[in-house]
Amino acid sequence: MANVILQVDAVSKAFGVVRALSGVSLDVRRGEVLALVGENGAGKSTLMRLIEGVFPPDSGAIAMDGAPVAFAGPRDAHARGIRVIHQEPEVVPHMTVGENIYVGQLPRRAGVLLDGGRLAAQTARLLAEFGMGGELAPEQRCDRLGPAQRQMIEIMRAVHAGGRLIAFDEPTSSLTDAEARRLFRLIGRLRADGAAIVYISHRLPEIIDLADRIAVLRDGRLADFGPAAGATEAGITRKMVGRDLSEMFPPRAPVTERAVLDVEGLTTEAVSNISFRLHAGEVLGIGGLMGAGRSELAKGVFGFDRRLAGRVTLDGVDLPSGDTAAAILAGLGFAPEDRKQEALLLLQSILDNAVLCIPDRVSTRGLFRRRKGLAIVGEIARRLAIKAPSLDTPVSRLSGGNQQKVVLARWLARQPKVLILDEPTRGVDVGAKSEIYGLIRDLTRAGLGLIVISSEMPELIGLSDRILVMAGGRITGAFTAPDFDEEAILRAAMPPSPPRHKESE
Amino acid sequence: MTHAMTRAAARIPFRTAIDRVGLHNVSLIFALVCLVAIFGSLRSDVFFSNRNLLNIGMGVAILGVLAISQTAVIVSGGLDISVGAIVGLTTVATAMAIEASGAAGLGIAAGLGLGALAGLVNGLLITYGRVNAIIATLGTMAIFRGVAFILSDGQSVSIFDDTFRWIGVGRVLGLPVPIWVLLAVAIGFWVFLHRSVVGRNLYAIGGNPVVARLSGMNLNRYRVGMYVLSGCMAGVGGILLAARTGSGQPVSGSEGLELEAITAAFLGGCAMQGGKGTVVGALLAVTIIGVLNNGMILTAVPTFYQMLAKGTLLILAVLVAEYRLNRT
Repeated sequence: MANVILQVDAVSKAFGVVRALSGVSLDVRRGEVLALVGENGAGKSTLMRLIEGVFPPDSGAIAMDGAPVAFAGPRDAHARGIRVIHQEPEVVPHMTVGENIYVGQLPRRAGVLLDGGRLAAQTARLLAEFGMGGELAPEQRCDRLGPAQRQMIEIMRAVHAGGRLIAFDEPTSSLTDAEARRLFRLIGRLRADGAAIVYISHRLPEIIDLADRIAVLRDGRLADFGPAAGATEAGITRKMVGRDLSEMFPPRAPVTERAVLDVEGLTTEAVSNISFRLHAGEVLGIGGLMGAGRSELAKGVFGFDRRLAGRVTLDGVDLPSGDTAAAILAGLGFAPEDRKQEALLLLQSILDNAVLCIPDRVSTRGLFRRRKGLAIVGEIARRLAIKAPSLDTPVSRLSGGNQQKVVLARWLARQPKVLILDEPTRGVDVGAKSEIYGLIRDLTRAGLGLIVISSEMPELIGLSDRILVMAGGRITGAFTAPDFDEEAILRAAMPPSPPRHKESE
Repeated sequence: MTHAMTRAAARIPFRTAIDRVGLHNVSLIFALVCLVAIFGSLRSDVFFSNRNLLNIGMGVAILGVLAISQTAVIVSGGLDISVGAIVGLTTVATAMAIEASGAAGLGIAAGLGLGALAGLVNGLLITYGRVNAIIATLGTMAIFRGVAFILSDGQSVSIFDDTFRWIGVGRVLGLPVPIWVLLAVAIGFWVFLHRSVVGRNLYAIGGNPVVARLSGMNLNRYRVGMYVLSGCMAGVGGILLAARTGSGQPVSGSEGLELEAITAAFLGGCAMQGGKGTVVGALLAVTIIGVLNNGMILTAVPTFYQMLAKGTLLILAVLVAEYRLNRT
């Protein structure tokens, strides 16, 4: 197998109690596109980080060109020709296009001075070679560039630096159709030039079109690995989830006519003119691409972000702008997307985290009563089947699924009328995932209104009674069960093409 | 599952005993025992004498009050470098109030009030002015010192009121009053930080301000309150210092207190980014610093080297804290 550039052999990696990868083996060959698919938390990004040398595997081996390698860090992997194009391209805004592409290898004059002329010349050559000459200029500063252009800069940086294995992490998630097609053409060219491409994406149709082979990860294991020819979306999905999708989602509860949340013309720095109504017993799904303004919608409704215009009414109570306390008091709960940054106090215990919003229920005359807290949280922990040695265990030691359950426990303790869940199953294993789906159903049956923000199409379609799709901070589509058309939802999620060359504003 | 929990707790009493005291505090106690053993054997003639032990206690009373309130500030995610200057300022204010009115109570009120006011300035600058806490209190440190000089004209202001002097030199049940004050402050803050809802919220605010806001807490109100409390406690320190020395002094006696208080807070288990720290840890750390200061004087370590030791201790404490944090 002279064509094999990278061989991954039975690698495993655990973070604390969470087994992110167990015994994964695969090879990447010269001149092929290898697609890596799997649900969030299946181990794709952990595998990418191992390959990029961010951390070493706990066990197993990685070999390049037939010889075992142990990368000391990403620089080491870069030197061997491994490059990852990240979802959020890293471009320094205050540097020019040329400086960004050649960062670290800027041409010099007299040993210390930047050779601006040569930099401009070689950047112009590279831009022309990639067909970007009309779109980017070498001396242009990067702070106004769109995601597609920033991504191109990263690709050019990777290629000129001698990248032999280039991995793309969700490259089309913020691209328009036209931009995506251009990217596919470019990937085809890189493949023809003999580069090995690893391609991570959630979009199965583009994977089936683009890939030569497909590797499916599930719960840290390789669930399937084979040629892309003949693969179908349904087949891949089944291998990703491990069972038929319909089994994951319990039947819907009847939606009532009673509106519990009324949002009218909500406008913040990030979203404009959002209006919708949520009924008791309803799951309102919110779809869209990364950066479409979904989390910002949630924060605007909750009062975390200041409102510029609009009204939010919960069960007849007007929620003031920028006042989270009032929102919680009125019966609103919000479990944010980024658990570690926005939802959990990692150093503190399950108990401390779960009682955060119910100070009045666990104290008398301002003093905390541990026994009351244990009683309330203990019951919810049992109901949610939180797996932990005790309620005093710091949440940093829990798995993703159990951490998410602690966040949910905080809100269940509060007994809200409306609960907003932002990506409730991100980084959660399949078992906990179906438990969370079951819980969401139980809550709607108890009369709560739920807003579920999700990037996973099956989850969005399987859970929601209605789906709103967002793009560019606005609602661009509305769909009602059971008529969910996946294609139409994706189309609504595509951002409007930004006008090119808007130098003057 | 709860059954499993209670059984696990019963099976390993030793582990839970350590957990209850805290691993960090266990290491502090160990360090303290080592220091006592070293200085006790080097100067066994005086170290364990009643007088010397009380000296140590008196030496750390003011520092202890400041270290405990500094711990609360750091737990909430802030830092107050201006406390030493506030102590100096309040000694002057207290002395001048007593000189003018002849009433000890008025002096105490002036000290506490001015301390709280100084803290309010810090708090407003940091929350509503959005000035970084370190920069804000570094600036006000110079300002408060300046105000103390201007008020006193650079002179020491003497206090002749015996009722007031009793706070600094009197005894109750054989223990000097400042030590009682320290104990009262420690108990008060222990209940406040570890048992009250407001105190627990401070841990949330320091540990992760976004989580705190998303849980409905008004961060600005908590933060301003915390700096007012810190200023007020510096006022308590100022009153103790003025009562002990019988004078108000813009600099002497309060210089460098902020360094020692911050050192004690970090040595006591605080984390730079907040959300961590205990009153017991701060008390133990203060005792360690007191024994170290006292021991260095007894064993005739030159003053310059003592400064070296204090600075090193602060850096070491933070290094160890960061190392422990990164491992978990």
